[in-house]
Amino acid sequence: MSKQVTVAVKRQDTQTSGSRWETFSIPYEPGLNVTTILQRIAANPVTVEGESSTPVAFDACCLEEVCGACTMRVNGRVRQACTALVDNLLAEQPDRITLEPMTKFPVVRDLHVDRSAMFESLKRVHAWITADGYFDRGAAPRMSQDAQEDAYPLTTCMTCGCCVESCPQFNDGSSFIGPAAISQAVLFNEHPVGKFDANARMEVLAGDGGIADCGNAQNCLKVCPKNIPLTQSLAKAGRAATKYVISRFLQK
Amino acid sequence: MANEKDRVVVIGGGLAGLAAAMRLAEAEIEVDLISMVPVKRSHSVCAQGGINSVNPATRELGDSEWLHLDDTVYGGDFLQHQPPVKEMCDWGPRIIDLMDRLGVSFNRTPEGFRDQRRFGGTMYKRTAFAGATTGQQLIYALDEQCRRWESEGLIRKFEYWEFLGPILDDNGICRGAVAQDMFSMEVRSFPAKALILAHGGCGLIFGRSTMSMICTGGAAGRAYKAGVKYANGEFFQVHPTAIPGTDKLRLMSESARGEGGRVWVPRKPQDERDPRSIPESERYYFLEERYPKYGNLVPRDIATREIFDICVNDKLSIDPERLCVYLDLTHLPSETHRKLEGILEIYEKFQATDPRVTPMKIFPGVHYSMGGLWCDFEKDEKTGGLALGSPRNHQSNVEGLFVIGEADYQYHGGNRLGANSLLSCIFTGMIVAPSVQNYMSSTNGGATDPPSTLFEREAARHQADCDALIARDGNENPYTLHQELGDSMTRNVTVVRDNAAIKETLVKIDEIEKRYANAALTDKGSWTNQNLSFTRALGDMILLARVIAEGALKRDECRGAHYKPAFQIKPPDAEDPAEMRRQAAEWCEAFAKQIKRWLKTTIAENTPDGPSFSYEAVDTSLIPPRPRTYGLKGAEIIDEVWKQRMAGEQAGAPTEPVASV
Repeated sequence: MSKQVTVAVKRQDTQTSGSRWETFSIPYEPGLNVTTILQRIAANPVTVEGESSTPVAFDACCLEEVCGACTMRVNGRVRQACTALVDNLLAEQPDRITLEPMTKFPVVRDLHVDRSAMFESLKRVHAWITADGYFDRGAAPRMSQDAQEDAYPLTTCMTCGCCVESCPQFNDGSSFIGPAAISQAVLFNEHPVGKFDANARMEVLAGDGGIADCGNAQNCLKVCPKNIPLTQSLAKAGRAATKYVISRFLQK
Repeated sequence: MANEKDRVVVIGGGLAGLAAAMRLAEAEIEVDLISMVPVKRSHSVCAQGGINSVNPATRELGDSEWLHLDDTVYGGDFLQHQPPVKEMCDWGPRIIDLMDRLGVSFNRTPEGFRDQRRFGGTMYKRTAFAGATTGQQLIYALDEQCRRWESEGLIRKFEYWEFLGPILDDNGICRGAVAQDMFSMEVRSFPAKALILAHGGCGLIFGRSTMSMICTGGAAGRAYKAGVKYANGEFFQVHPTAIPGTDKLRLMSESARGEGGRVWVPRKPQDERDPRSIPESERYYFLEERYPKYGNLVPRDIATREIFDICVNDKLSIDPERLCVYLDLTHLPSETHRKLEGILEIYEKFQATDPRVTPMKIFPGVHYSMGGLWCDFEKDEKTGGLALGSPRNHQSNVEGLFVIGEADYQYHGGNRLGANSLLSCIFTGMIVAPSVQNYMSSTNGGATDPPSTLFEREAARHQADCDALIARDGNENPYTLHQELGDSMTRNVTVVRDNAAIKETLVKIDEIEKRYANAALTDKGSWTNQNLSFTRALGDMILLARVIAEGALKRDECRGAHYKPAFQIKPPDAEDPAEMRRQAAEWCEAFAKQIKRWLKTTIAENTPDGPSFSYEAVDTSLIPPRPRTYGLKGAEIIDEVWKQRMAGEQAGAPTEPVASV
């Protein structure tokens, strides 16, 4: 028999049901990644015990690590399934690959979670430019190459959820909005036009669930697939919040 | 609460759908935005290179909107109607300015202006870019604007909802859409005064492509089934260099060859040796040998055709299972590797091999659908562009149903220029909004309310279809069928087309369609059933595969991406100048006949017996078609003969811009 890859998948049928593990065996092929494994299971959902199952529900879209959809826990570590290559995974853990849903979001089914809380946080921090309208008004103010180079990494955040998944402060018992949203607030507060709304964002960053909840564990930086300098954003947000609170106090 | 029926439903939240939703919201029109994924994850994120527009730096060198129009229609082999393209090129600078204002972090010059790079098909640096992720940056800016309108209550998002079909009343007027919640599987109607389809391309018909998993053609197939015409389906862009993956094809930028990368295969078929140990004499640098002048930098369509030919016809693919050739950068100095860092990292991340040390394995990948759902336009006779705000712009043959973005067929003709797609997507979203607004306020814009039973009836009909698919018994596997469909389509209906081979694929499509009737679901559940969604989309893929393949079979010519060697005009080969001139005249005669016969839009309409085809004239009122003679022997003489020929005819159209700039 040709080389097989053993894959254990944590499954959960509905939002409220309990979970169970199912194990599948997939023929190895060069270049195999986790999204392909899940496609192979979908085509033939039979467990190693020979029992018929169902395709594993998972979220995926671009498969190029630029949309953020296929984030899950692979071998216990949060990352995108598309760039999780089987050869590397077997080097980490030779006997089997384990796939689990992220733990900080409600499970919809199997590996598919509901990350709408992250998009809600983007609303809370006012992560947009308040444009007067979409008519022709010429270009934005000029920007230095340095400023663009500082902003660019922050703009690549794909709201994948790796940072909040790894953050000890982001949990059921806290209202912390998490590193991704804070980093977006920093991005817009430093934009030549975005900064006009800085106070609205600072109200959120200085308030409940804001930057004060960051415990400085720095896990977010380690797991970010885009190497966004999240801890730098958090530090900037912290300093800005302190200044904001003091000036708000003095203006009273 | 406003009347539910006064809303607009937008299907798809990529660049086009978001631009439309944002502009409608600005006009205080309420929008229901329906998308299979959170809109921020739409396929537009995959665009890397940039977005084209004339800019102050190119203008300084003589560039103009007119030249952008000329490059676009010349690149598209004159198959697109020119007034919409002219309007798009005119809007280019405004659109880039707007995206800049919305916060896109475009790369900058030392003086702080936006920087531009050069792309294929033009002599000017028109392409603004944001790192290597321009599409992602642009869609994020629009996503942010739509989130702002969402928080103000003008946009309601329905993410993880799948479009099942338009709702047409008894008079054939579109009154909304039916969609399904991809979690709860609830099917419901979304009443609307107008429906805008912005669902993107349909690359998954070819199995693996550079497109995202949601680009199935499901929405296009459902609109087509409901009576929307499908135009130029056979025109599909195939990018020469993609990284073949087990799940998809990922793009490898042309800059790899621009910096000195060489394409080759071992002369011995499927040579199993490590490529690095294969001596030079046993390597076949086929682009360099076949095109000594241009080498590895032949134009995109030629590179694509040659790589395909070497694997399929010469059977020299490196890998017997998976078609591919080497793209070799290993001989380049480390400073060149550094320049290409971004794209080398992508390769390394997905292939787990270092392309600095081991040659990359690449193969052309299906990339973009130039064709799409048919839609109308109204020309402004004064400007030569569009009559802005006309309800005809982007409205399909179904009243009240509009189509924009990659889903429509209008802007790229026979072949799309790089960095024009982001522009066309945002542009169509921007201009469809006033057209929809005017349609809604016009007397026939659904002035009388349809009976509410219409909405219940349509939802029930789609629910019954779902139930039937879930209940279906059979022993066919939808995933296997998809793979067989994609393999046959890729083999016979992509790069090099031959009528006998296309007929083979049509027979295969017949077979797959029959077997599809026995495709059963392994998941019969009613919660987050992705098996249902995929199997349903497969039905649409089969439907559109036939439109694409039959359209290709019928079109007996070469035009843009549609290359059918048996019908290529024989290029001149004479050495004697007089004979060369005679052959050039003959060539031009054949070319004139080809224009007369084939410079037409292919229109497919769905009937119970399969697609019915007709052909529609193309509006070339601004720039008369001319031969694309790139790489042809005697190109200058052909150009000269053609110009004389044209001068001899009474040209009814202006060849220069009309007045003001």
